[in-house]
Amino acid sequence: MQAQIPVEDGNAVAALRGFLKGLLETGVVEAVVVPMETPAGAVTPALVADPALLDAADPLAPVMGLNMARVVGPVTIREPRGKVAAVLRPCEYRALIELVKLQQASLDDLVTVVVDCLGTYTVPDYEAMRAKGGVSRGGLFAAARTGELAPQEGYTFRDACQMCERPHAERGDVQVWLFGADLSAGVPISLPDDLGERLGLSPVEADGRRAEVIEKIVAARIKVRDEWFAEIRGRLQEEGVEGVFAACIRCHNCMTNCPICYCKTCLFKSPIFEHEPIQYMNWVRRKGAYRLPADTMLFHLTRLNHMVLSCVGCGVCTDACPADLPVGRVFRAVGQEVQAVFEYVPGRDVEEPLPLVTFREDEWSEVGEEE
Amino acid sequence: MSDTDFEPKIVAFLCNWCTYTGADLAGTSRIQYPPNVRIIRLMCSGSVDPTYVLKALLDGADGVLIGGCHPGDCHYQSGNYKARRRVIALKEILKQAGMEEDRVWLRWISASEGQRFAETVAKMTEFLKEKGPSPMRQKWAV
Repeated sequence: MQAQIPVEDGNAVAALRGFLKGLLETGVVEAVVVPMETPAGAVTPALVADPALLDAADPLAPVMGLNMARVVGPVTIREPRGKVAAVLRPCEYRALIELVKLQQASLDDLVTVVVDCLGTYTVPDYEAMRAKGGVSRGGLFAAARTGELAPQEGYTFRDACQMCERPHAERGDVQVWLFGADLSAGVPISLPDDLGERLGLSPVEADGRRAEVIEKIVAARIKVRDEWFAEIRGRLQEEGVEGVFAACIRCHNCMTNCPICYCKTCLFKSPIFEHEPIQYMNWVRRKGAYRLPADTMLFHLTRLNHMVLSCVGCGVCTDACPADLPVGRVFRAVGQEVQAVFEYVPGRDVEEPLPLVTFREDEWSEVGEEE
Repeated sequence: MSDTDFEPKIVAFLCNWCTYTGADLAGTSRIQYPPNVRIIRLMCSGSVDPTYVLKALLDGADGVLIGGCHPGDCHYQSGNYKARRRVIALKEILKQAGMEEDRVWLRWISASEGQRFAETVAKMTEFLKEKGPSPMRQKWAV
């Protein structure tokens, strides 16, 4: 059903807190994974079981340091587990779906609450805003109605958000439909009928502005995305990966922060890459010089190979890069092409198998024969 | 290096059951083929990790040949079908990353196709001679 969470004193965040408290108090779930404002004022995900503590929940906090799918995985991966709800942005929901396919998370006993994303700031920007007198939220909430989303003056949204063409909740058990809504009056949500009844919500007719507002936002984002894709593709063709990733310091932050990059022991941290000293001499004799640490472009190309089909474009890799490399832009631009080959959209459907774990006998029959 | 004396280096990942045996047949049948290929024998084309293909290319191999059983003939039922998808993905990534995807060849060569193995190596050597040395030979900063 489509329903509306009532808003008091124009406080949409408090209304959503109330909704989450309702999930706990009616026993729908035992705990909620949600961004929380810590006593120190920073925002971090937390698993919350005590409804009173949800007063610190900030389900619409405009900051994204990590992808929530990373923290939902360990809470859901195997039985015995609790029944929980998770508040997710659309890119986080998509990452969660990919993690489920990779057997690193489970949707069983999980209620996903997917919220329309109004745009997020990096952690450093968000902290700077807090230090300089606070983060203004009202403007963004008002802009949800019109679709004219703009960052706070003097700041930009995260790189990934600026080119995000899927900021709207499309799937999920509960969807919080901010786009097109007058958030001072109520927060529209879409949820299963039985859950709505259990929470005491009654169906409300949507006013129909959502689709129009989404269309407007998506069109503007696609414009930015396509400009950036053209730029990064041009650089890749001219400079190669060794040009675009030239300044890499091999900290592996992109890998650590990527929600999809889940291996407990990364190939690049395995003995395979502990080369014998004499091996370095073999390489340097061949080329005259050899970049160190060795295998830096191999690292990026292998990460592309491992991750690009499942890349949901959350962009936390870019934010994590101390060398300011456009990691997320590369993954998105390359990903668009590679995903298209397999007609695969990461995060679209949990039933859709990962392209590299499935096959059909009657496909690409020309491959492997003479060209 | 002038065009005439360039001898390409090809790293070949061959499956044990078909293409490696095909290469063996080429040898025991005394079929001549260019000595430009360095063969690495694996149990299945499905066990070719694309990372090693990338490693060979980045370190300056002029070509990489992946050989497996014809579709339907895999000793492990489906390894070659999985290899096919992996190679398709890898080649698209190479293309997008500004690398020459046509230096990577996937070929189905059975244990009885010694002649086809020899011809494939000859064709690939000729193709790479015309194409020229891999630009990666000169690039230390990769």
